[in-house]
Amino acid sequence: MKNNTKILRFTTVGSVDDGKSTLIGRLLLDSKSTFDDQLNSIERSSRKKGFDFLDLSLLTDGLKSEREQGITIDVAYRYFSTKKRKFIVADTPGHIQYTRNMVTGASTANLALIIIDITKGISEQTLRHTYISSLLGISHAIVCINKMDLINYDQKAFNSIIENFKKIKSKIKIDDIKFVPISALIGENIIKKSSKMKWYNGKALIQYLEDIEISHNKIYNYPRFPIQCAIRPQTFKQDNFRGFAGRIEGGIFKPNDKIKILPSGHSTKIKNIQFDGRILNEAFSPMSVIMTIEDDIDIGRGDMIVKEDSLPIVTKEIDLIVTWMSSSSLENKKKVIIKHTTRETLAIIDSISYKINIDNFENIENIKCLKMNDIGKISIKTSSPINIDKYENNRNTGSLIIIDINTNETIGAGIII
Amino acid sequence: MNANYFDHLSELESEAIFVIREVYSEFENPVILFSGGKDSILLTHLAKKAFYPAKIPFPLVHIDTGHNFPETINFRDSLVNKFNLNLIIGDVQKSIDEGLVKEENGINASRNYLQISSLIETIEKNNIDGAMGGGRRDEEKSRAKERFFSHRNEFSQWDPKNQRPELWNLFNGKKNYGEHFRIFPISNWTELDVWRYLKKEKINLPSLYFSHKRKCIVRKNTILSYSKFISLNINEKIIEKEIRFRTCGDMTITGAVESKAKNYDEIIKEISMSKYTERGGRADDKRADSAMEDRKKEGYF
Repeated sequence: MKNNTKILRFTTVGSVDDGKSTLIGRLLLDSKSTFDDQLNSIERSSRKKGFDFLDLSLLTDGLKSEREQGITIDVAYRYFSTKKRKFIVADTPGHIQYTRNMVTGASTANLALIIIDITKGISEQTLRHTYISSLLGISHAIVCINKMDLINYDQKAFNSIIENFKKIKSKIKIDDIKFVPISALIGENIIKKSSKMKWYNGKALIQYLEDIEISHNKIYNYPRFPIQCAIRPQTFKQDNFRGFAGRIEGGIFKPNDKIKILPSGHSTKIKNIQFDGRILNEAFSPMSVIMTIEDDIDIGRGDMIVKEDSLPIVTKEIDLIVTWMSSSSLENKKKVIIKHTTRETLAIIDSISYKINIDNFENIENIKCLKMNDIGKISIKTSSPINIDKYENNRNTGSLIIIDINTNETIGAGIII
Repeated sequence: MNANYFDHLSELESEAIFVIREVYSEFENPVILFSGGKDSILLTHLAKKAFYPAKIPFPLVHIDTGHNFPETINFRDSLVNKFNLNLIIGDVQKSIDEGLVKEENGINASRNYLQISSLIETIEKNNIDGAMGGGRRDEEKSRAKERFFSHRNEFSQWDPKNQRPELWNLFNGKKNYGEHFRIFPISNWTELDVWRYLKKEKINLPSLYFSHKRKCIVRKNTILSYSKFISLNINEKIIEKEIRFRTCGDMTITGAVESKAKNYDEIIKEISMSKYTERGGRADDKRADSAMEDRKKEGYF
């Protein structure tokens, strides 16, 4: 399968003050994605704060309270492009109380940009976020070892961080990890290879970002079409038309494919696939299309069209790794709403198996609850069956969110195992 | 499989259409907030593609300040006709006449801020629970913080420090009665993406976006269209310039750029080389460093 990712979505990972926002600011500035009026504005703000350099983090810290405190509170999305690619950057907060925002940024990313301050080493928060990135199925990482200027571009210090990082590598599932020594503040090894670190044999950061091939091979084995809504024009000209709108969340579909409608289990065939009046020969993930089918079966939002030769699991009992995001803790027998693809259903927490200690990635068993920012394994029972895949096989049909019945807040992010 | 024709614009299009269909499915009374600018025109076209052969299932809501460019109003009406849509107008002039809001005085007076009250009133009166807008994260720094599904409390306020986590593409549109959502389907598009897509899809825009001769005044380095809504300073002169607009708000606040770009290709080239952001000429953003965030917290678009 050819890599068709023209957009690379990446997220930043790291602790407070390791320089995440500064690095993104540097990437924007040096890839000429900033504008004079933005620069004038941050120049004024930098001067007002008494800095004698340009505070690049102000390019992404867009909220008043962020600019006042000099920290990142919520995810900021930034965009830049080079001739090779368009990049969507989720710049995420490093503070522990904003971990849920970090998870938000990482959930749609293909790559994690892990930033480590070389004068401080690998912090607990960096470990935590690296682990979360791995959990969220990010299989590519670039570790930027930052503030090299403060240690005189010392190769030994760089190597010792790499050694330390490799110790945790066996516990995470990120296959592809690259290490780049940088100075975000000065701009070394960002766009061009730095002349101050001749000992470094790898590429500059932007070249890695441009060249990394994101593989989507797995998702093509799991053809899934969750239905968003039925399309019935109700006009005289089109009064027989009955189509189903959705986005393909895995695999390829073609007219005449033998399909099953889940959860009912009806078998039928695709009549045609169309979009904006054009009939398509095929449709693949992540295309939004409309399908019509051979038989007149009752189908609606929340149902899923799948191919007969690759069926998901239809079940009411689900094992999850959950990141808890609410200040009120997750307790056994709590009733919640879950949203999985386009289907919503009631569920109950059936058991809490363990919490993951992210200092050593070991499991802590015999616990009663999960608190805000905890990650652990739970089992849930749903009131109606849902059609699931394992997250590692298909991110779109292997993920769900947990919603509080009373407050309507999103309180948990679940990865199906 | 030939993936070549599925480029990054197709990926953005597919994402936006997915979001638009989620809005249709999750809300009782969803609308498109239509300003007459290129982003809301794009959004309307995406909504057409999302449901074709069915018609667009949303009314357009236009908050009319009374200070709009006539070109904008004409374009709006022809689009409403073309797609056979319902149009809901929130009338700022009426809010002023009824004494609900007070018009600003002085040379820089604008009705930009007054739109907030009319917008909220229109949302409440029509029981709108999902209002889609053409806002994009690359437009402005506080917009870079927006979710696709952005919750508004019963006072229509935005709480940027306490936004719901938004994971994968699983949008949570649950709310209590009286609250609503603002939804931004083209969050991930940049100005260039928008123009490249408009060109690819041959989507028409109001003539304001293309180079033309116009009577202007220059105020604090901003070129404003001369109109009856603008009062002149003693030393300000009306001059004719060859300009176009990069954004379209009220006549009193929308800065023009000097430009000879007459078509999509020339505009794309011009934007690629521009040193200034799209909203660089917007007087409403220049009132304070956090002008947009402050307005958004109160319920602005």
